[in-house]
Amino acid sequence: MKKIEAIIKPFKLEEVKDALSELGIEGMTVTEVKGFGRQKGHTEIYRGSEYTVDFLPKIKLEIVVADGAVEGAVAAIVKTAKTGKIGDGKVFILPVESAVRIRTDETGDKAV
Amino acid sequence: MIKTTTSKVRLLAAIASLAMLGAVISTLHAEDAPAAAPASTPIAFTNAPVAAQNAFLLAAVTNGDPTPTNIAPVAIAGHNAWMMVSSLLVLMMTLPGLALFYGGLVRSKNVLSILAMCFGITAMVSIIWWAVGYSLVFGANFASPFLGGTENFFFKGVTSDPNTSYAYWVSQNIFAIFQLTFAIITPALIFGATAERLKFSALMAFVFCWMFIVYFPLAHMVWGSTGFMNGVWNAAAKIPAIDFAGGTVVHMSSGWSALILCLILGKRVEHSHAPHNLVMTFIGTALLWVGWYGFNAGSAVAADGVAANAFLTTTLATAVGAFTWPAIEWIFRGKPTVLGFCSGAVAGLVVITPACGFVNSTGAVIIGVLAGVIPYLACTILKHIFKYDDTLDTFGIHGVGGTVGALITGVLVDPAVNANLGGAPAVANGLAKAITDHSLVVAQAKAAGLTIVLAVVGTVAIAFVVKLLIGLRPAVEAEHQGLDITDHGEEAYNN
Repeated sequence: MKKIEAIIKPFKLEEVKDALSELGIEGMTVTEVKGFGRQKGHTEIYRGSEYTVDFLPKIKLEIVVADGAVEGAVAAIVKTAKTGKIGDGKVFILPVESAVRIRTDETGDKAV
Repeated sequence: MIKTTTSKVRLLAAIASLAMLGAVISTLHAEDAPAAAPASTPIAFTNAPVAAQNAFLLAAVTNGDPTPTNIAPVAIAGHNAWMMVSSLLVLMMTLPGLALFYGGLVRSKNVLSILAMCFGITAMVSIIWWAVGYSLVFGANFASPFLGGTENFFFKGVTSDPNTSYAYWVSQNIFAIFQLTFAIITPALIFGATAERLKFSALMAFVFCWMFIVYFPLAHMVWGSTGFMNGVWNAAAKIPAIDFAGGTVVHMSSGWSALILCLILGKRVEHSHAPHNLVMTFIGTALLWVGWYGFNAGSAVAADGVAANAFLTTTLATAVGAFTWPAIEWIFRGKPTVLGFCSGAVAGLVVITPACGFVNSTGAVIIGVLAGVIPYLACTILKHIFKYDDTLDTFGIHGVGGTVGALITGVLVDPAVNANLGGAPAVANGLAKAITDHSLVVAQAKAAGLTIVLAVVGTVAIAFVVKLLIGLRPAVEAEHQGLDITDHGEEAYNN
């Protein structure tokens, strides 16, 4: 069981979600986040004072999948979130020890 | 970057050259002004016989015609006060009414682009109106059914004295500002349909051209004393139609232009666009409703009985529209929505606009029902059949609603609520007869048809030129990022 954390451009969320749904991935958690990597921010001007905005809005998408599904899910995210321009984001893959579905008490792969 | 700068310079140059042209023309006309002296010199109030004084005062308080008394009309406190309040109310419809109404419906990354649109148009149109616009609509020296004249360029002669062609008892400077607030909100309505995907530079250039090609001619045709379609006041009107507060001039012109412009622009690149703040939209709608009393009742250009009737009909049609739209939603979709209440109220206001000073309370209730049904169908069914991306339903509500209003006014008109419908000009041009024959709807249809042609052809031509010179749409990346940052360098919400 692995957790996939992907940081992507906000407008790519719909496409990524659709691609993951096609693979049979039924749930995901999404957070609006701010951050930066190599992409530069932009400047905003309020009454003549310039502010540099380093932290750009991104979407953090978290899913937990069985080991066998990891490769396909990551490939789908990378393929759909790619624009080829700087700031497309990153995908992290982390090991997960266990999972429990609260309603049914199911554990392990059955719970995700 | 260089390209945008050049286009801005071009725009400024165009405004400046127009201003200079206006200055030259108004100087030319300054010389022949004294020749136009009145036929009989009016006498001072204090020198008039008591009977004439009494008749004059009665005319003043009832917004009557003082000509038989031979005393020169003056601005009267009550009428002036109401017109100043009305001007404030209509300005409030744009700033902040429409800005909040539209602003809440777009996504948070585009809300400032809506506020900038409303503010930019308010500022620019005010300048154009002062320089040439007022004169082109309400001037007279062209003696043309299609455009006013040059005599009031740069507000020359626009003083606190009344312009008796339009109002015996209201200062002309207040009349000019009242009409300015209409010229401001009309183009601003258009850009609901193009929201989230039209560059600010293109928008301003479009508005500049649209005022000259569509608004000024249309406003003169409908409201000008020599207007082509001014059935109530122009004895020589070729199409004796009626439009009390701007069903054709304001709502049809903006609504149909909006449809064409959104078709030319194409759809937005993203597919998911839920409103970012419906509370804002609710506040905007409430301000629009309150402000609309200035728009409709103010269009009597007096605090008289016609204004009072318009006040009543506006209330009824809006309330019924705001009841009907969400009721349909409740029946067919399961839930009445807040956006449904807002949409029904605005639709009611739009459809009653041309009718408010000409129909009675029963007519207003019928109009409210139609406003809740027909624009609802346009926004929910028509739009999905033809798949045009009318972002905030400007065409569905203003284009369709305005057209419904223009036509239904011809059916529900009640001469008992407005004596001007039987006045000398209305008798001369056939309006009064059309009302008694129940055939007014024919003239109304002609007026609506002419408005659609002018709006469609004008918009196609202007959009083509602006696209060629400046380009209409931002880059795809910019559209994704949102117009607030790419066009204005600001964000609405910094936490």
